[in-house]
Amino acid sequence: MSQLVDQIITSGASTPAPKYTAKDFQSDQDVRWCPGCGDYSILAQAQRIMPDLGIPRHRIVFISGIGCSSRFPYYMETYGFHSIHGRATAIASGVKLARPDLSVWVVTGDGDGMSIGGNHLIHLLRRNIDVNVLLFNNQIYGLTKGQYSPTSELGKVTKSTPYGSLDYPFNPASLALGASATFVARTLDRDPKHLQAMLKRAAEHKGTSFVEVYQNCSVFNDGAFFAFTEKETRDDNVVYLEHGKPLVFGKQRDKGIRLNGFTPEVVSLADGKYSVNDLLVHNEQDTTLSFILADMTYKPSLPRPVGIFLSIARPSYESEMQRQIEFAREKRGAGDIAKLLASGETWIIQ
Amino acid sequence: MASKSTQNLDEVTIRFAGDSGDGMQLTGTQFTNTTAILGNDLSTLPDYPAEIRAPQGTLFGVSGFQIHFGSTEINTPGDSCDVLVAMNAAALKVNLTSLVDGGAIIANTEGFNDKNLKLAGYESNPLRDDSLEKYQVYEVDITKLTELALQDLNLSSKLVDRSKNFFALGMMYWMYNRPLEPTLQWINEKFAKKPEIREANSRVLKAGWNFGETTEIFKVRYEVAPAKLKPGRYRNITGNQATAWGLMAAASKARLDLFLGSYPITPASDILHELSIHKNFGVKTFQAEDEIAGITSAIGASFAGALGATTTSGPGLALKTEALGLAVMVELPLVVVNVQRGGPSTGLPTKTEQADLLQALYGRNGEAPIPVVAACTPSDCFNAAFEASRIAIKYMTPVICLTDGYLGNGSEPWLIPDVNALPDISPTFHTNPDTFMPYLRDEATLARPWAIPGTPGLEHRIGGIEKQHQTGNVNYEPANHELMIKLRAEKVERIANDIPAAEVDGDPKGTLLVVGWGSTYGAIRSAVLKHRAAGHSVSHLHLRHLNPMPKNVGEILSQFKLVLVPEINNGQLVKVLRSRYLVPAVGLNKIQGLPFKAVEIERKIEEMLRSY
Repeated sequence: MSQLVDQIITSGASTPAPKYTAKDFQSDQDVRWCPGCGDYSILAQAQRIMPDLGIPRHRIVFISGIGCSSRFPYYMETYGFHSIHGRATAIASGVKLARPDLSVWVVTGDGDGMSIGGNHLIHLLRRNIDVNVLLFNNQIYGLTKGQYSPTSELGKVTKSTPYGSLDYPFNPASLALGASATFVARTLDRDPKHLQAMLKRAAEHKGTSFVEVYQNCSVFNDGAFFAFTEKETRDDNVVYLEHGKPLVFGKQRDKGIRLNGFTPEVVSLADGKYSVNDLLVHNEQDTTLSFILADMTYKPSLPRPVGIFLSIARPSYESEMQRQIEFAREKRGAGDIAKLLASGETWIIQ
Repeated sequence: MASKSTQNLDEVTIRFAGDSGDGMQLTGTQFTNTTAILGNDLSTLPDYPAEIRAPQGTLFGVSGFQIHFGSTEINTPGDSCDVLVAMNAAALKVNLTSLVDGGAIIANTEGFNDKNLKLAGYESNPLRDDSLEKYQVYEVDITKLTELALQDLNLSSKLVDRSKNFFALGMMYWMYNRPLEPTLQWINEKFAKKPEIREANSRVLKAGWNFGETTEIFKVRYEVAPAKLKPGRYRNITGNQATAWGLMAAASKARLDLFLGSYPITPASDILHELSIHKNFGVKTFQAEDEIAGITSAIGASFAGALGATTTSGPGLALKTEALGLAVMVELPLVVVNVQRGGPSTGLPTKTEQADLLQALYGRNGEAPIPVVAACTPSDCFNAAFEASRIAIKYMTPVICLTDGYLGNGSEPWLIPDVNALPDISPTFHTNPDTFMPYLRDEATLARPWAIPGTPGLEHRIGGIEKQHQTGNVNYEPANHELMIKLRAEKVERIANDIPAAEVDGDPKGTLLVVGWGSTYGAIRSAVLKHRAAGHSVSHLHLRHLNPMPKNVGEILSQFKLVLVPEINNGQLVKVLRSRYLVPAVGLNKIQGLPFKAVEIERKIEEMLRSY
């Protein structure tokens, strides 16, 4: 690293994280989301877990694109960059490659991340740059006032699709897994405890962490996820993935997921035919299993899987890049511009 | 041994032409390096097809490399060639119009077999009929002679065929009295791990030289004495290499890390390739998924405290447009290199053009002024890239650096600069929380502070939404927007205080001023010198800074009765000069994917002087 940046890193590193509270991560800007927006909860949980990370505020960067969710960085008392539509993941790549010492977070939405920014997202995931991506999925375009999004259900009637949408929705978890992500999780705006746990796990993961957050848009798509978030319905509609544990769900914890060949199916634990021992046991390090679990997402007969689909170790891009730089320095010595200019064939004119 | 005479030449232009698989670029490059080492001044023009391996023997698969060298000042790759090395019939057909009357053709006879003649569309063999009467034709069965030289090595016929360009090179080395050693050494290094190929190429190169020396075909060989160049250490350099090194030198001077976000595109990719080598300098190159990620990753790197750069050509710059606006808004240093090529759309990917000037100056939504600099020769790409970086860092702004395919791929001898004498670039990162506001501007430059993540107490947010003056908070107030627009414009305008005054080559006052920018430099200079030698009042102004322009440009223009602006486009700088300075400048425009010939500019000057 050059001397100039080194000075900043050194002085920043010698300023350790004080004992923060969530309040220390609230900026002085007024939060301007609609009343009832799921973003409030996600912001609050993020601010709540930040003190636990033990990273000083000045070494944290939140980067966003365009959309309701992308206002997020303004409200975090960290470094922040509210950029242009779809490009947060690419900007974050540059930040992290230039400065592996920083904790880099991307806040994006279903439109920003998977429509206009879909290309950058999949490439970030396959490269495994150590960036935490929070994708707020509300299945609608909020900021442009209610058009369907790449995660809207088929046939969605919106301003731009009065006869119903024709395009089949992305399943963000499957998309991320297909892009060779090393950490893929799903959580819910209205389940603060789970949301906090997922954010912490994402922060701990070395490599790109992809966290899909189901987020209610109270104005344009109110209740899209209520089946998974509300007290009356959630237990029968959601199965929480926990590493090493069988997939049990239901209000009475009387249902489970069993694998029939490669196909997951719901079985009853109440009628004596199946016991917990017959159920699929989650292993978050099993890539094949992660695809099967993510694929449950839009199957009406199956509960919606929530939790960590996959968490595996693979070298991160920026650490490999650093390794190549160090290797080149060992082999060829630190660069010297004057020597470079005079390298190869030269001749002298008297 | 046959008796051979030697003639002295001041300058000569040779064109190597063959199939795109014949290795003509390599042959030309080797000849260039050897010629440079001998101390000749030179200029080169690679001319290759967009197809990587077009069908063999076809007209559109012809690849050429022209080198103009001499003992005098050489400013262009040569309007036409004196010697044409044609490896096949198609190469002859495509390039014959470039050959001067009485010029020499060295034809590989095997390349004129029935199949090749048919592919090239010849009804009869031009070597056999009288169509080449006005030229000196030397027929050499290069293919056969190469085979003979290698017959005891038991190589595949493919390998043998691939060596034949070295035979042509060896002959030309003999004819122009150049040593074989530099190329032999290159072969040894390049093929160190492939002894068969090393042996084959070395042997064929020597065979070509010996063929010139011993056969009766060539009666004359030529001597081109070294040029009177400024004393010092020289090297040969291409424009793209010079651009890469200019960026590296600027980053090093500024004590910053260089970060390149780039997507491969012809003819700019060589900058990415070059920078990728120099990891020991801490250079980070990121081959992004697209042009947009190229520029946005570079913006991210600049935000984090690196010198962010992105390299591209016209179509790529179009894709980067929105992000350029973001860089204007967030006021971070960023260097955008556009190695221009023929457009619009995909256009002529491997051919040169200067048609992105207006795109660079104006091609963005909203009021988004960006400084623009241009390189005028291959080695000058170093200076242009360095200057673009200096402005970007000092003024916290994106800067567009324009080169083009002709400069990027062209090469010339370069007097290696003294690194310590390069202009000062000394950025500082802001660190004091007590004096920090993200958009509190420097009084002189109007640059905002560079406050990078990792600095305790300076946590702040930037973005593409309009900023409040000084605080940098999101702000939609009418008066603030206008103020910020004016401030961003003023910041760029003030750069004019920090660049040298424009200098006229020739009398500062007179009848005709030729104004150019970019790669037209050599052709304009040659044409102007010729007219001046004939006693005409003609001067030359070449612009490095296109935005802002030096303060004295208007004053200079007013000192001449006629203003001519030659450009490889449909008239872009001429529009700017006419609208900004209200002068009746006229354009000379060539849009054929080729650089100007000096004679084309000469004639236009002549015509203007005559009708004046």
